[in-house]
Amino acid sequence: MPTSTASEIRDFADELADRVRAASAARTPLRIVGGDTKAFYGRAVGGERLDVSGYAGVVDYEPSELVITTRAGTRIKEIEALLARQNQRLAFEPPVLGSDSTLGGVVAAGLAGPRRPFAGAVRDSVLGVTVLGGKGEALRFGGTVFKNVAGFDGFRLMAGALGCLGVLLEVSLRVAPIPASELSRSFDLSWPAAQAWITTLMRRPLPLSGVAHDGERLHLRLSGPSAAVAAAAAEFGGEETPAVFWEDLRHRRTGSLGAPRLWRLSVPRTAALNDLPGPAIRDWGGAEIWLDSDAPAERIRTFAAEAGGHATLYRGAGPGEAVFSPLPPGLFALHKRLKAAFDPAGVFNPGRMYEGL
Amino acid sequence: MLDQFDIALDPMFPPVDRGRLISALSEVLPAGALVTKTEGMRVYESDGLAAYRGLPAVVALPRDTGEVRAVLRTCARLGVPVVARGAGTGLSGGALPSPGCVLLSLSRMSRILAIDPDARTARVQPGVRNLAISEAAAPYGLFYAPDPSSQLACSIGGNVAENAGGVHCLKYGLTVHNLQALEIMTLEGEGLTLGGEALDAPGFDLMALMTGSEGLLAVVTEVTVRLLPSPSHAQVMLAAFADVRQAGEAVAAIIAAGIIPAGLEMMDRLALTAAEEHTHAGYPTDAAAILLCELDGAEDDIAEELERVAAICEAAGAVQVRVARDESERQLFWAGRKGAFPAMGRLAPDYYCIDGTIPRRRLPDVLEAIGRLSEEHGLAVANVFHAGDGNLHPLILYDANEDGGIERAEALGGKILELCVAMGGTITGEHGVGREKINQMCAQFGSAEIETFFAIKAAFDPAGLLNPGKAIPTPARCVEHGAMHVHAGKAPFAHLDRF
Ligand SMILES: Cc1cc2nc3c(=O)[nH]c(=O)nc-3n(C[C@H](O)[C@H](O)[C@H](O)COP(=O)(O)OP(=O)(O)OC[C@H]3O[C@@H](n4cnc5c(N)ncnc54)[C@H](O)[C@@H]3O)c2cc1C
Repeated sequence: MPTSTASEIRDFADELADRVRAASAARTPLRIVGGDTKAFYGRAVGGERLDVSGYAGVVDYEPSELVITTRAGTRIKEIEALLARQNQRLAFEPPVLGSDSTLGGVVAAGLAGPRRPFAGAVRDSVLGVTVLGGKGEALRFGGTVFKNVAGFDGFRLMAGALGCLGVLLEVSLRVAPIPASELSRSFDLSWPAAQAWITTLMRRPLPLSGVAHDGERLHLRLSGPSAAVAAAAAEFGGEETPAVFWEDLRHRRTGSLGAPRLWRLSVPRTAALNDLPGPAIRDWGGAEIWLDSDAPAERIRTFAAEAGGHATLYRGAGPGEAVFSPLPPGLFALHKRLKAAFDPAGVFNPGRMYEGL
Repeated sequence: MLDQFDIALDPMFPPVDRGRLISALSEVLPAGALVTKTEGMRVYESDGLAAYRGLPAVVALPRDTGEVRAVLRTCARLGVPVVARGAGTGLSGGALPSPGCVLLSLSRMSRILAIDPDARTARVQPGVRNLAISEAAAPYGLFYAPDPSSQLACSIGGNVAENAGGVHCLKYGLTVHNLQALEIMTLEGEGLTLGGEALDAPGFDLMALMTGSEGLLAVVTEVTVRLLPSPSHAQVMLAAFADVRQAGEAVAAIIAAGIIPAGLEMMDRLALTAAEEHTHAGYPTDAAAILLCELDGAEDDIAEELERVAAICEAAGAVQVRVARDESERQLFWAGRKGAFPAMGRLAPDYYCIDGTIPRRRLPDVLEAIGRLSEEHGLAVANVFHAGDGNLHPLILYDANEDGGIERAEALGGKILELCVAMGGTITGEHGVGREKINQMCAQFGSAEIETFFAIKAAFDPAGLLNPGKAIPTPARCVEHGAMHVHAGKAPFAHLDRF
């Protein structure tokens, strides 16, 4: 972990704030960067690079409180290693796409791994943030306790906002104890049949923590107290799935997840989406579909929308191409007003999420 | 008292002729949708914080989204403030009518629209009672997890507006963690969908922002909640302590051991004796404090975890550890806890419920400090609270008929909240800021945050007519209140400019 002195840290924060103020005054767009491992995600942003990765270090970690506060530039790998030593982990299992990946980037991207349907999204673990607003002022929302309803939840809003609302300086996260037992099983089941079984499983109080279909087989992961996990594993049978399957899925290394043009469909788990235009890997019990397809964007978006969801061009968007499904006009107008509330000069990652935002 | 709005310190709007308002509303609403007589409006004078009172200009009782739109558009056009109200069980004066407002009661919109057991969701109107959702889901083996003690009465719309919690939130999350989609309507009468049928939606997470926004951003007109499968087994343990500190230490130790109970509640002597007299739950009235620790899941796992929890409690000094004999005793233990607030009537004519949260490890010190404050102020305080979350509920006992009674209770409450902030916690864990804690907001947030909160509000509600004077203090109020913005003795980033 970089050992910076308190005064270095302060100087760095001052410098970031000065840069934000100067950029706002000159209306110079800033491209906020942590480890820059997810530059492919979202629309391309021009502008000056604002590197936050030097603003690193653990501020406070109290294992008995299940809370960790770190500066946003802290590498996610270091955080995970620190937690693991206390038998704890991040509930949302974020994809880590390079060793330089930082917590700030993880929170801003808002991407979660296979445990998402069972343990919550990134925003469900965020307890508080300090962000630089567009005037270079440090804003602190939330705090370090789980139950906190004072003020609007500016902190949850930062998760998945792709840095369009502010520069994350510090984040407090709720962490989870590593459960006593974890087992995985796989089954030779084609998709529609697997989906029917998933539906019945999801209605039961089972210790599921991963439900994914790799195109050929259904994989179930069970985590929790030993007796519940053992009983479910015994009931299901199947073959053992190595833990690395979940690691690969989480870090987007499985099969077609490396495709140059990759779609992420977020749909109701129970939707019938059987004739997809390309090879698909289904995570989140079927609620997240990774689709390797060159089909026209319009077709894929309509497909997802008709199923009750939306489609993101996760990787491989051409210049100027939309990445996220368009918002209805009223909602988009509200997004623009909110953006202006945090970032009046529009300097934070402009256009990364949507053109004109 | 804070039920008086102040033209210098609160957002105020030019008065609108009441007759004109009533006739404008009558034109767009069916007969019977308005309450205009004073006697009829009395029930809407206050919410669960009964010490605060005020009459609205008129009460509107829409039956559907179209009627909500009609009310909002009329108010937007005339410049009349709107205060939304669910069941009126809120404890922070959030639904207190502001001067000249239209009180918009959602209580008639109380239909469960759909339960989808396969998707594990329930789509309901905002006036549906919290408990009614779990009751409707029960035949499918499902339940709605957030269970405020007021769940018999409080509405899901009010739960969303407050981000309500409950006994089960330690394990299953707060309201915000159990929502799938919201239909909201802005003051201008524009309907928006936040969230959706998928696990996430494109754009900013406005569903999270809307949750806990206390009726200041928009009116919630429909809620889709997530349902969970009911656990196969549940068991509760009662641990009794001769010293409050020890009970607090046991709470921190249980969580530190990696155990996440389905519920972990604490009651001190005053609270548990009153609850015992009220419910006859079998609590040991000679204890200084008891913990109720619920574990759910597979039977063998529960048995194993109960042993670990018992060992932790004994190590912390528990004088007695008892597992409920059977399901009916388990229910009884919880009935005592759920009836603890009403039981306070036995101790004093009135009680004032405080709602701060602190880091769990501070529990022993904070409980002791509250005891000291209670002596200094000459007012008894009973504690019954969500200990596993560090969410305190000191109940200040007082007599409203005594001269200055409520003012003294408020003064003590303010001190306790400032203590929570100083300990690294927050002034409200689940009841909301409302009108009640508006001054303490100045202790927790600085002017830059408060300015941002107003900017967020303006993005939704440019005219500022939704629930004005609640939840966010004006800068003038913070100057007047004179509170310093301090976290645990030091302002964060104190060296950075604050605007
Ligand atoms: C005995 C007792 C025990 C309690 N226990 C708990 C507990 O364990 N946990 C907990 O969290 N709370 C608890 N509460 C507080 C209260 O029940 C909750 O805050 C509840 O969520 C309020 O719901 P309501 O329908 O009564 O809302 P109301 O009191 O009517 O309104 C609360 C706020 O929500 C706004 N609002 C209401 N409906 C809407 C809507 N449709 N759209 C927009 N804004 C709206 C109002 O303007 C107001 O600001 C308790 C209260 C009592 C009296």
